[in-house]
Amino acid sequence: MIGKFFKSFGKHLVLAFAAFSCLMLTGCHASSGNAGFQMPEEFDTSKDIEITFWAKNDTNKAQTTIYEESVTAFEEIYPNIKVNLRFYTDYGKIYNDVITNIATNTTPNVCITYPDHIATYLTGNNQVLCLSDLIDDPKYGLGGSEVNFDAPEKDEVVSKYLEECEIGGKLYALPYMRSSEALYVNKTYVEKLGYELPDDITWDFIWEVSEEAMKKDGDDNFVVNGQKVLIPFIYKSTDNMMIQLLKQNGYDYTTEAGDVLLFNDDTKGILEEIAVHAGTKSFSTFKISSYPGNFLNAGQCIFAIDSTAGATWMGPEAPLSDICSDDIISDIDVVVRRIPQVDPSNPLMISQGPSVCVFNKEDPQEVLASWLFTQFLLTNDVQIPYAETEGYVPVTLKAQNSAEYLDYLSRGGENNTTYYSIKIDATKMLLDNIENTFITPVFNGSASVRDAAGQLIENTSKSMRRKQTVDDAYFEKLYDDIISLYRLDQLGAAAGASSGQKPDLGPLPAGAKALIIALLSVWALILLYFCFTKIKGRRNNK
Amino acid sequence: MKKKIASIVLASAMALSLAACGAKDAANEVVEDTQAAVEEVAEEAAEAVTEAAEEVKEEVTEAVETVEEAEAMSYADYAAAELDTEVTVVTYVQAHQSWWEDKVTVYTQDADGAYFLYELACSEEDAAKLTEGTKIKVHGFKSEWSGEVEITDATFEFVEDGDTFVAEATDLTDKLGTDELINYQNQKAAFNGLTVVARESGNAVDYKYDNSGSHDENSDLYFDVQDANGNVYTFTVESYLCDNTTDVYATVEGLNVGDVIDCEGFVYWYEGVNPHITSVTVK
Repeated sequence: MIGKFFKSFGKHLVLAFAAFSCLMLTGCHASSGNAGFQMPEEFDTSKDIEITFWAKNDTNKAQTTIYEESVTAFEEIYPNIKVNLRFYTDYGKIYNDVITNIATNTTPNVCITYPDHIATYLTGNNQVLCLSDLIDDPKYGLGGSEVNFDAPEKDEVVSKYLEECEIGGKLYALPYMRSSEALYVNKTYVEKLGYELPDDITWDFIWEVSEEAMKKDGDDNFVVNGQKVLIPFIYKSTDNMMIQLLKQNGYDYTTEAGDVLLFNDDTKGILEEIAVHAGTKSFSTFKISSYPGNFLNAGQCIFAIDSTAGATWMGPEAPLSDICSDDIISDIDVVVRRIPQVDPSNPLMISQGPSVCVFNKEDPQEVLASWLFTQFLLTNDVQIPYAETEGYVPVTLKAQNSAEYLDYLSRGGENNTTYYSIKIDATKMLLDNIENTFITPVFNGSASVRDAAGQLIENTSKSMRRKQTVDDAYFEKLYDDIISLYRLDQLGAAAGASSGQKPDLGPLPAGAKALIIALLSVWALILLYFCFTKIKGRRNNK
Repeated sequence: MKKKIASIVLASAMALSLAACGAKDAANEVVEDTQAAVEEVAEEAAEAVTEAAEEVKEEVTEAVETVEEAEAMSYADYAAAELDTEVTVVTYVQAHQSWWEDKVTVYTQDADGAYFLYELACSEEDAAKLTEGTKIKVHGFKSEWSGEVEITDATFEFVEDGDTFVAEATDLTDKLGTDELINYQNQKAAFNGLTVVARESGNAVDYKYDNSGSHDENSDLYFDVQDANGNVYTFTVESYLCDNTTDVYATVEGLNVGDVIDCEGFVYWYEGVNPHITSVTVK
């Protein structure tokens, strides 16, 4: 029986050891994030390599041209690499396609993305290349000795932007472009309403002026613009609106571990304030009404908040417009300000914009080619022209401080295309506020929490417009509905796993504890017996 | 001495046996615990599914009850209703966009006017039943987005009285450029003898509104047409309505500047008239 036990125990021990070893190995892979990828000694320029790049551009043809020219320039430097370019105008579509292709192991090599999305990609088996060590590689890292173009070195990338690409303390992307939100103000109408436009604008100021603007004349026209239509304040992204209001107020949103703290009384307080102005229709959103820029340029909006990367649509002289030229009110002065603040002495605004990640592949040469192309996207030849297409800022100091870029910034207003004043003003505003930008914690599910944050504002605003009762019971039901809609009650451990935080699995079950104690006891007895025989042997030898 | 050794070995063996039994018991306990946990999780999951199903059923039932209870208004009453008010209409499906996540956008019309149902709450099974002419009763909110008046956040029920209605396309060519055109918003319409003109990009057809060049295999198509008065309008093949497998998609992709065409579609609005075209004939 003992022999059988030992035989059986031995087998189990071997299996347990093997399993433990596997777990340990898996742990190594998980921590490095790159199982299988070993940096090749040399990049093999004699081997033909084909890679795929999924790019995202705004509705702006200049951006697609820059991507195409970048690919051509890169292929000239590395003739053995062919880059297949696929365009998207929607981050969500890229995300869906990547998720689909992870399942079939057919992801692109390089992809424009958001860290929120990468957090979900990381739940796939070793799909996204961890760049933490790669960027420091002396030969092929950022600005490495064997890189055949003028790539920025690590310390030439804006450190804050690089940190934004870290998940669980590891780097999984490089920043590509950065933007934030800007407040585009019809200064003419603010002054017509009897206000002086301050440099630093508070939420209180916006709410007050917006309500003042709702006065109508005897013909049911708004006094300030003489039109039947006016929405004084329109916000494009209500996700950002809620997130920034929470941050500026010091209220909870989410934690690094993936805890969702959004649904509380502080949030309710914010929604109650918004509800007041949605009820008077002095405030609306893109989803409810339409693009803020369309209303702003038609003299039907006073405060429009949209991305700095949407600056080319803002103002009566904007190079891009969806509305008929007859509807544009040309005699208004549109100016750019920071988004409204709770405390202007401590300004806070969201950092957003595309990043770029590399997907792991079996062939290390293919991965290295992808990494080289990714680096190429950070060269001045790509960064500067792309940033100039919209109110983006380059992510490298090398580009930001270049003579070419500084010259561009100094020429705002020279024309209404390349040097469109509102676009350059929005860019300058962001450059002046890089240290005031923030991001929210990234984890598997953080994108859903963002959507939920915005949906709270959308639903509340719609309900107020529809004259529904918005009270404590309403908010209680709203919270339940939104949590259920975005399945936020199912995030839990998955969120923690991808954020790099160890999820709390609770106490060890009683059975497991007993097994461990039993195993330890057996080992102790074996040890005792071993010692006993040794001692006995010595005594017998004496 | 031998006896002592034997007794120690025996004692150890017994201890080991006990430990083994203990381990086996513990292992059994783990298995039992695991089984219990699995059963518990399974039970909880089953309960959750049942609860969710019941919730959905309740919501659908409530929605259907709301639709049933609400009195349908005439098109004239609907047209006169304020924005953001609750509306209930009985109307007939003319076409719909592709179903997506329990929502479907539907073009409907009756003898008096048309209604655009934006993201109507609808199961995939019901969406398949929304065939041309199908009579439905809809309850939602009258809304406006960039000039397009639509019914949003709506629910519906089928009206199974055997009544159907398929609208004839009204020739609105002469109404283009007039203030009267908006009175036909969302209706099935025909526009004849229009000339395809070059867009700002120089192309006859763009895959995006601004020809940003970014498109996948099933992007919307935009093309500009000129009427007899020289006015230019942007028409659209909305890919969720007519995807790249349809005749109209192929025909429009092949349009050339100078082509004279007859079109049919729905009078959609985006900052002005922007019809969703469903058929094109090149003359």
